[in-house]
Amino acid sequence: MRILCNGEAREIASGSRVTDYLNQLGLDALSVVVECDGKILTREEYGSHELQDGAVLELIRFVGGG
Amino acid sequence: MLPPPRPRMGLASCVSPMFVIPEFSALQAAISRATEADVLLALHSDRPGLAGLAALLSPAAEPHLGAMAKRSAAITSQRFGRTIQVYAPVYLSSFCANRCAYCGFSADNTIERRVLTLAEAESEAMILHQRGFSHLLLVSGEAPAKVGVDYLEELALRLRDRFAALSIEVQPLATEEYARLFRAGITAVAVYQETYDRDVYKQVHLAGRKADFDYRLETPARAAAAGMREVGIGALLGLADWRAEGLALGQHLAWLRKNYWRTGLTVSFPRMRPAQGEFKPLLPVSERDLSQMIFALRIFDPDVGLYLSTREEARFRDGMIGLGPTRYSAGSCTAPGGYGLADAGGEQFEVGDSRSLAEVSVVIQQKGFDPVRKDWDAVFQVQGDR
Amino acid sequence: MLTIAGRKFRSRLFGGTGKFSSPEVMKEALAASGCEMVTVALRRIDLNNPADDIMSVLDRERYLFLPNTSGARDAGEAIRLACLARASGGGEWLKLEVTPDPRTLLPDPIETLKATEELVKEGFKVLPYMNADPILALRLQDAGAVAVMPLGSPIGTNQGVLTRFQIEIIIAQAQVPVIVDAGLGAPSHVAEAMEMGADAVLVNTAIAVAGDPVRMARAFAMAVEAGRIAYESGLGAVSKDAAPSSPEDGLGFLR
Repeated sequence: MRILCNGEAREIASGSRVTDYLNQLGLDALSVVVECDGKILTREEYGSHELQDGAVLELIRFVGGG
Repeated sequence: MLPPPRPRMGLASCVSPMFVIPEFSALQAAISRATEADVLLALHSDRPGLAGLAALLSPAAEPHLGAMAKRSAAITSQRFGRTIQVYAPVYLSSFCANRCAYCGFSADNTIERRVLTLAEAESEAMILHQRGFSHLLLVSGEAPAKVGVDYLEELALRLRDRFAALSIEVQPLATEEYARLFRAGITAVAVYQETYDRDVYKQVHLAGRKADFDYRLETPARAAAAGMREVGIGALLGLADWRAEGLALGQHLAWLRKNYWRTGLTVSFPRMRPAQGEFKPLLPVSERDLSQMIFALRIFDPDVGLYLSTREEARFRDGMIGLGPTRYSAGSCTAPGGYGLADAGGEQFEVGDSRSLAEVSVVIQQKGFDPVRKDWDAVFQVQGDR
Repeated sequence: MLTIAGRKFRSRLFGGTGKFSSPEVMKEALAASGCEMVTVALRRIDLNNPADDIMSVLDRERYLFLPNTSGARDAGEAIRLACLARASGGGEWLKLEVTPDPRTLLPDPIETLKATEELVKEGFKVLPYMNADPILALRLQDAGAVAVMPLGSPIGTNQGVLTRFQIEIIIAQAQVPVIVDAGLGAPSHVAEAMEMGADAVLVNTAIAVAGDPVRMARAFAMAVEAGRIAYESGLGAVSKDAAPSSPEDGLGFLR
């Protein structure tokens, strides 16, 4: 299925949870903030939240800044 | 016109801080520690702070009175221009429930007591209006049964359109009561602690609500919280060590500035004069002392309004023009009905400068200053119900 | 000891993590600065390079991360970023930056106040970045900001404390710590800010783009200490005219 992640279209397996997608990208869940369809997910929800077709995902992390 | 000001009912946190005054002896100690070096540092500092104020109030500053006068004059000129704001008091009532050892209106003095009806008060005010005054100070002894909030509210509503500013010097009121009066047109509140020395305070305030030192101390904050544009504080000079009173006033000013930054502040310097009951000042304050106190407070707080009333002699008041004070009364009567009524009765204190507004204005102008009669416009004030 | 929102800091120098040439240089420079709180920004992860995690080199036990809302152009965007920051485990601390003009990066006073009011209600410890406007500082303080961060000069310009006279007023009036932020380009600038009575300073660009960021960080640390000690020791008065014995001209009327 298709989702939008950080503004880019991405193909992922149906039934994927957020954690699955993060693992796929090689991201440590602890260092990432996930917003799905405008709602910020808690860390617990990463494991339970199943991604739907057309989901809009934002993956945010801390970067250098002043 | 302008949106109504939000009444400030406290800071973002729910509990308002309380003003705490140090022990009078601690204030005295801070002052007596001051050296000439401290005085010079304070004289040349942009922000002398309370330590600087203590130095300027100390005996070590006395040889530098000329330099203090010069600095005070420069600051006053910068902040206020070459102006003196004029006002007049209207005594509404000489009834008082307090027994203060030093006051002509003390409850145990036998004097002719009078409270003006609203019509009489209005008529007194209009006499002053005719003379050219636009700022009035409504004064009464502290007797809520005679002059209470309803009376003041009604009087304010009647007068607000004809005067630029109406201040009150009456018994301490609750925040809600000040808010009511503010909506009715009162713009400023004067309440003097009389003395910041708790022990002396207890000795001279023998009975009545006024015996509560802390309630009185918190009054300026209540008036500010209610949204009053200006709050006036002061000490009755002669009750306790004037230097420490000056430092206490500085503390009070600094606290009010931090916690009620939107509120204008003024200080008055009532200096004990003969009164009914023949109370002699415990610690007499000379003109030199008074001038040092005024200069010190001006250097400490460039923005504070400083009052010099008709308690003082004409010669002294004329000499001080431009050196620090910014508000002068003129032609004052300290008895209710004294402006227009034949049987005015007992005065609160004897006046030292009995010249009229016209006479005082001439002198102010001769010295190169402008006697300002109106500093604000009533139409900017939030309108109360009629 | 500096206390902000109940937390104590030994160092009055706060660091920024932006503009460094590499994560390793950033790590060493911040260590040399002795700072205990660093600002961080929030950005989308680069999906083409997801492993690039600059912040993983910093020990979260050693540094309090202060997420900023850089990029926000209005209160709404700032609040969204704040929520994202909190969700990332950043705690409630927040440097609020609302900068609609990308050229000057000057903070929008109205949006900053709006966002502060909202975020304080949501339980954030808000440190708003602001232009050196004393009234705005009072309004932000009244709204519940735990500190105020007035700029010395625009971000990255390294011009020093151009806003000196306003910052002096802010320091005199503030009931919360005053952290001078932005535009501090040299150690002498931070010494000046600290001598004025600032509670702390935040430096990013000047350290990050220095020839030797590690040594520059150390220089800034020393300057912050020097300025603070000078302030606490009572600087001598700057005399505008000589002070001879005082003639009492004009006081002849006193009796």
